[in-house]
Amino acid sequence: MIDFVYLIPISLALGAAGLAAFMWSLRSGQYEDLDGAAERILFDDDAKSAR
Amino acid sequence: MSCCAAIGADLVASDLQARARQQLRLAARPLGNGLIETQISVPDIHCGGCIQKIEAALGELPGVRSARVNLSTKRVTACWHETADPPPIIETLESIGYRANLYDPSADVKDAVLPELLRALAVAGFAASNIMLFSVSIWAGAEPQTRDLFHWISAIIALPALAYAGRPFFRSAFSSLRHGQTNMDVPISIGVSLAFAMSLFETMRHGPHAYFDASVSLLFFLLIGRTLDHVMRERARTAVKGLARLAPQGALVLRPDGSRTYVNLDGIAPGMRIALAAGDRVPVDARVVSGDSEIDCSLVSGESIPRIVTPGAALQAGTLNLTGALTVAATATAKESFLAEMIRMMEAAEAGRSVYRRIADRAARLYAPVVHTTALATFAGWTVFSGDVHLATTTAIAVLIITCPCALGLAVPMVQVMAARRLFEKGIMVKDGAAIERLAEIDSVVFDKTGTLTLGSPHLVASELLARDALTVAAAIAVHSNHPYSRAIAAAGRAAQEKAVAFDFVVEHPGFGLEARQGEVVYRLGRADWAFAAGAPPENAAGVVLSKDGRHVVHFRFEDRLRPGALEAVAELGRHGLSLIIVSGDADAPVQEMAAQFGVPAAARVLPAQKLDYVRSVTATGRRVLMVGDGLNDAPALAAAYASMAPATAADVGRNAADFVFLRESLLAVPQAVRIAREAAGLVRQNMAIAVVYNLFAVPLAVAGLVTPLVAAIAMSASSIIVVANAARLRGRTWRRGSSGAAAAAFTSLPLVSAGGR
Repeated sequence: MIDFVYLIPISLALGAAGLAAFMWSLRSGQYEDLDGAAERILFDDDAKSAR
Repeated sequence: MSCCAAIGADLVASDLQARARQQLRLAARPLGNGLIETQISVPDIHCGGCIQKIEAALGELPGVRSARVNLSTKRVTACWHETADPPPIIETLESIGYRANLYDPSADVKDAVLPELLRALAVAGFAASNIMLFSVSIWAGAEPQTRDLFHWISAIIALPALAYAGRPFFRSAFSSLRHGQTNMDVPISIGVSLAFAMSLFETMRHGPHAYFDASVSLLFFLLIGRTLDHVMRERARTAVKGLARLAPQGALVLRPDGSRTYVNLDGIAPGMRIALAAGDRVPVDARVVSGDSEIDCSLVSGESIPRIVTPGAALQAGTLNLTGALTVAATATAKESFLAEMIRMMEAAEAGRSVYRRIADRAARLYAPVVHTTALATFAGWTVFSGDVHLATTTAIAVLIITCPCALGLAVPMVQVMAARRLFEKGIMVKDGAAIERLAEIDSVVFDKTGTLTLGSPHLVASELLARDALTVAAAIAVHSNHPYSRAIAAAGRAAQEKAVAFDFVVEHPGFGLEARQGEVVYRLGRADWAFAAGAPPENAAGVVLSKDGRHVVHFRFEDRLRPGALEAVAELGRHGLSLIIVSGDADAPVQEMAAQFGVPAAARVLPAQKLDYVRSVTATGRRVLMVGDGLNDAPALAAAYASMAPATAADVGRNAADFVFLRESLLAVPQAVRIAREAAGLVRQNMAIAVVYNLFAVPLAVAGLVTPLVAAIAMSASSIIVVANAARLRGRTWRRGSSGAAAAAFTSLPLVSAGGR
């Protein structure tokens, strides 16, 4: 029973971290061009396309 | 990158170039610290190779700091230094084979709904998964104290999550109730809030069952459906918006003092003199003051042969000046011009069209009263038979939770998203889900001719009959001009793989043609009365002649070629029981020729208002018309038809009026779209049936008081997953059996419009 005291906050914090990460990625425009992202992963020259 | 078909780089006159750069500066958005951002719409981007090619080419331009391609919206965002001269971005894109247009940032209304839905979805997902973790341990048999603790934690997570993620539903339910109607969101909102309220009550009195997990995961599933529905519409909207704007945004006005200024469309007043270069569209209705030229009316009236204009001739807004520079006097403002008139007719037609109720809304109208009556009856029944009001309330709320239209909320959007995806793969954009539903129900198709059944641009007739050396010379001259006829000759030359001929110089005489000199020999390619030595009789004016030192060498004729796949597309639609007709604004002869070729009845010389009347009269007989057209003159009919389709080359107005826009050249897009829409309609019906069957099993359980939170969670998830899986079966390949029955018999029942007249 005493384990709950730290296990429950940890599980909630992990979930909240995931939520926050998603919110951040949404706000920083990572979902604006999903088709483009799918293609860009195949490019060789990272230096050039990452400009 | 071999997969990118290069669209030959055309030489653009230098004054056009200068104006394009001026516009580039006007459309730019300053970012601060000396940088300017410009968005360019490039509709031909379609693969990773395109991204690399464009980003590399633009990145090398002096002054450009960065260029980034967005493949989804088919736009390039270029960032350049303010101090630098505007870099030749458009020209560079065209030189590597991409048509490019400036994207008007003012037209870009930021989509605020999608981020809200996504945030709500994320919150609901987070809450649902966490609450489910606690629920699983409760179902596994937790001690009463632990169970209460977990219920309380679930309540603390569920309350803010529901308040935040439920807003899209609560808002819509509230506004619908205020107008005295119900929609799907009303039972959803009631179910979710009551489930939460009852669970909270149970938690406070240490009850064994709480439905926090059900209420939050319900919201999560429903938000998935809602978000998909929205994404689909938004994607099509941005893709269509990114296509080339064909209407002029302004014109070069000649001031009385001799200066020239570029004036916006709204600023043009009647009487102003406008300089119209070859290749410009006529901005407002106008009269020619000086100059000779040919005018391409295909997009405006459907006429396939260019019209020759001389001083005094009237020009309609939206027509294209082909050959020579003209000075015209505006006879109307932009608001009174032909274009604006078409838009008014279109809006009137749209307003007159009976409002289409989406399948989901129609289902909700039936569904909501049934759900609420069942819940009430359950409450009354349990109160009477057990006398326990608390038990009766719990059971009634369990009925509401279990009947919450979870599967129903996903049934339609899931199928439509899949259908939109299949259509997108085939190069067809859909405006919204309702369009797919409507397209599945059509029984007649009305085709425009020019630009729809045909490509709308001239092609050389029977070039194989021409002397090869004549074509060689003509093609070598023609590459120096942007005129559609020159392009057609140059394209024919390229197709025949002629070797380039060198000339000492080539001059374009606007309104007449091209003159090339090779030593002592003078070639002229252009209008017959100009190319021949004085006194030669002007021949058929529609063509172009090549003369050598004033003597006739060869006469080129042009035709508007059939759109690829047109014959097959029309045949396939006919085979599947749709009645077809061609309604065109073009002259009798070409229309009747086309009608004979397709074996489809046709009406010629139809005015825009008559096209609209025709669609209305057919609709009045109870038929559901699909209008396929591209021109300005088709726009009102497109808006009035039950469903409508336009090629990407259509006039802006027509494209906006159409439910579907196909980006590829082939007309096979029409039967493909109809096929996919019909298959989607079948799957929607199946999904509805699944939802009904689910309720047939689940509702008796709930009414009997047997639904525990575990049963509710399993039932709702299972029905949602089944519906989603069923939607994923949409393939869009073959016609289903049975639809091919009643064939061309329906032809005769379509009334033909009287040609001309009125």
